Amino acid sequence: MDNKTPQAYWKRNLSYLTILMGIWFLVSYVFGILLVDQLNAIRIGGFKLGFWFAQQGSIYVFVILIFVYVRLMNKLDKEFGHHE
Amino acid sequence: MDILTWTYILVGATFALYIGIAIWSRAGSTKDFYVAGGGVSPLANGLATAADWMSAASFISMAGLISFMGYDGSVYLMGWTGGYVLLALLLAPYLRKFGKFTVPDFIGDRYYSNTARTVAVICALFVSFTYVAGQMRGVGVVFSRFLEVEVETGVIIGMVIVFFYAVLGGMKGITYTQVAQYCVLIFAFMVPAIFISIQMTGNIFPQLGFGSTGAEGTYLLDKLDGLHQELGFAAYTDGSKGMFDVFCITAALMIGTAGLPHVIVRFFTVPKVRDARKSAGYALLFIAILYTTAPAIAVFARTNLIETVNDQEYATLPQWVENWEQTGLLAWEDKNGDGKVQYYNDKNVDFEAIAAEKGWNGNELSVDRDIMVLANPEIAQLPNWVIALIGAGGLAAALSTAAGLLLVISTSVAHDLFKKQIKPDISEKGELIAARIAAAAAVVVAGYFGINPPDYVAAVVALAFGLAAASFFPAIVMGIFSKRMNKQGAIAGMITGLLITIFYILKFKFGLIGSDSPEDWWFGVSPEGFGAIGMVVNFIVSITVSKMTSPPPQDVQEMVEEIRIPSGAGEAHDH
Repeated sequence: MDNKTPQAYWKRNLSYLTILMGIWFLVSYVFGILLVDQLNAIRIGGFKLGFWFAQQGSIYVFVILIFVYVRLMNKLDKEFGHHE
Repeated sequence: MDILTWTYILVGATFALYIGIAIWSRAGSTKDFYVAGGGVSPLANGLATAADWMSAASFISMAGLISFMGYDGSVYLMGWTGGYVLLALLLAPYLRKFGKFTVPDFIGDRYYSNTARTVAVICALFVSFTYVAGQMRGVGVVFSRFLEVEVETGVIIGMVIVFFYAVLGGMKGITYTQVAQYCVLIFAFMVPAIFISIQMTGNIFPQLGFGSTGAEGTYLLDKLDGLHQELGFAAYTDGSKGMFDVFCITAALMIGTAGLPHVIVRFFTVPKVRDARKSAGYALLFIAILYTTAPAIAVFARTNLIETVNDQEYATLPQWVENWEQTGLLAWEDKNGDGKVQYYNDKNVDFEAIAAEKGWNGNELSVDRDIMVLANPEIAQLPNWVIALIGAGGLAAALSTAAGLLLVISTSVAHDLFKKQIKPDISEKGELIAARIAAAAAVVVAGYFGINPPDYVAAVVALAFGLAAASFFPAIVMGIFSKRMNKQGAIAGMITGLLITIFYILKFKFGLIGSDSPEDWWFGVSPEGFGAIGMVVNFIVSITVSKMTSPPPQDVQEMVEEIRIPSGAGEAHDH
């Protein structure tokens, strides 16, 4: 990662995307849909956990994911001298 | 003061505000008209995107929809928010860097083909008109319900207002009115929700309130699950759709959201690539405020409704029941002649014996889902100004979305068709006039559909999302992430994605081609979810065809490398 080529920049971007999209898939499709019945056995207050992820939790995580991405990319832009 | 006076004051004040903003932010150039001069701050763009995105359906219908669907309603909550993650991570920054005005611009340039551009324009127009018809209808409905005028008059007043700021101000006028409209609509949505949450659970945050305990000390959701089972419905937190279907509908809505041209175009209005990322974050944050409150309202309203009406003497029901019966949104028919209201699931075969034992003779109450938001303040006995606020909020939601869509229509016609294909040597001034005429014509067409709504409005919304998912999204994503994708692949993919999705929806939604029975659904996927399958088909066809044909020319490959790097985005330009 020493050479600051556009290819290296793109590779780092893609690895961020893979991780963040993985979390995106996990909280919505896995927790909210595929494993909803298993997670519903766990309760937090009045919420069954699977139901909570489907109607609340996934949305909170989506918001956080975008802001994390903004931060990561701003740092990456600076590192590679693409800062505007 | 009574509700009507309050409504006139609130709606009048907000309309005066919108018109004032329109006069202040007139568009002077095509750049102002198409992308608000490219100088909108990320925060303002986030607010505007949120208002643009949240339509009359989000404001009025969604909580009610969830209220009747329970867990199954999650498809809308996740589907209509998760798309912003795709937008922020996969599309918005790169399209901003590309720096033109429209989605067909990108498709046309990236795939070096006017055929691709035309396919994209047709999709954009189709999706936008589908949507806008519903919005104008929403304006009419809100007017007729809260201001006691005819639906037609309501639509015409709405047309005049939208005409004023969309035709005059273009994207610039729309952006700043949408900022104001977001503030109005979120305030109108949250105030009743907070009041009701405090009343029912003592918690000021509705998001937490619907997971806490009610007056009797049982958890609200447990109580509602119990009520549902007593009345033969599926438990509220369980749902009854198939898992794969829920998966596909969620995916189709997410991907469709990310592919909707009126949402994408908002990210062309910010100055820099980093602003595009940031404003997607703000947009989702502002949207999430409403989207996390809606499921709470759904639970409060559902519990309230069942407890108020079920097995009660009709004569003792509160006043709001009669008020809403007059609008036709609520209807009661005493089937077993006992003078009491029986509300239960008479479609549930297993429940028939229990109902018969109790002397129930079919469900007696029909409830329109919109009532869950519209009547909520009355059900909770909130003051008149809160009830009037719902009217102003519903109008803000419908008008902001309608304006955003009208702009896409006028840009597609004036820029993508007229300037890029028919008359490339048109002057800047001429193009601006063409854009205004197109916007004016679009307002009139939208108004016509608002007054004479086609029966299939609800059904075509599925089509709009399906088409956006199956056509735009794969073409844009591959245009950015694959240098090898060429025009043959992209065009073949878009056309097969489109055709297969149209075929499926015509067959199963409209019943036009052979059997439309749900038993024949492919892999058990409903028409609403088929856009996800259409997208997969698009990807497969595109990749296969592009592998068999020659790679795109060198300058296009360089362009792709260029849009991947944020620096030097500059301003949106027109050549």
